[in-house]
Amino acid sequence: MQVEQFKNLIDSKLGVGTVLSIDENTTPTAIVVAANQIAPVCQVLKDHPETLFDLLSCLTAIDNGPEANTMEVIYNLYSIPLEHALTLKVFIPRDQVEIETVSHLWKTADWHEREAYDLFGIKFMNHPDLRRILMPADWEGHPMRKDYVEPETYRGMKTIREEDDPI
Amino acid sequence: MKGLLDQQFNNGGVIISSLEDITNWARMSSIWPMGFGLACCAIEMMGSMASGYDLDRFGVVPRASPRMSDVMIVAGTVTYKMADRVRRLYEQMAEPRYVISMGSCANCGGPYWEHGYHVVKGVDKIIPVDVYVPGCPPRPEALIGGILKLREKIESETLVAPEGFKDILDKQV
Repeated sequence: MQVEQFKNLIDSKLGVGTVLSIDENTTPTAIVVAANQIAPVCQVLKDHPETLFDLLSCLTAIDNGPEANTMEVIYNLYSIPLEHALTLKVFIPRDQVEIETVSHLWKTADWHEREAYDLFGIKFMNHPDLRRILMPADWEGHPMRKDYVEPETYRGMKTIREEDDPI
Repeated sequence: MKGLLDQQFNNGGVIISSLEDITNWARMSSIWPMGFGLACCAIEMMGSMASGYDLDRFGVVPRASPRMSDVMIVAGTVTYKMADRVRRLYEQMAEPRYVISMGSCANCGGPYWEHGYHVVKGVDKIIPVDVYVPGCPPRPEALIGGILKLREKIESETLVAPEGFKDILDKQV
């Protein structure tokens, strides 16, 4: 199936306006989906006999910085029976980084969403267990954000090594 | 110091030596490291302990518990999350205890020096280090060199004025 067909299928199932645009710069080509529609879109793509995306290869995020004021969540889908792939992209405003979880569709999403939450601070609504996965529980801030400022100390350890620190 | 067994035996197998030499010889000849690694340096450490480089010939045998260990080889990247665990393991070791910092990450933060938000910039920020082994990762030869350096350090220790108190004693004078 071509990306246009995926777009038409989503539009016919969920109404025109669900797919905002097509991004040719990614591999595989990405469909940009409205933020509030991501869970239904994933449900359709997973269950429809012509798409059957039974595998979420990866879920990741991008921070476009305070100037663009957007964050992206990216879903890499793959269908094992039909052997085709698709990327989904969702843009969310940086001041309200919330998006519906897809962990009820793919178990993979559970930990991947926790990682995106840990490093980017994206809140996945209705996620069963949204805790930090890599950083310690008492860590402050989300380190992969463009405007992240490293704290000077963590639990009494200096986070910077000065030139004149003894070796 | 030459090994005790290299020296001539006479007088019916009785040898005379100073207590310090005997204890130092015993300590330096069985430096048991704690069996733990943090990153790719640990692979080189395992390589040094395996048959190719055979660290066993220096009496270096990895132990499964900090209570049995004499030296902690910090082999790899120490993250802030791991730092508390490393410190606790060090505190669980019985004295005399030594630390070898192996590789650039443990020495100073290595490639995470400037932009790593998650890496301790040198394990000496959390525990005292006796020997630094440079490299990324160090070859087994370099680690063996570090262990030989540690043997030199143990060899020169004295029971009368322990190394750890030297600075304090110097200050009081």
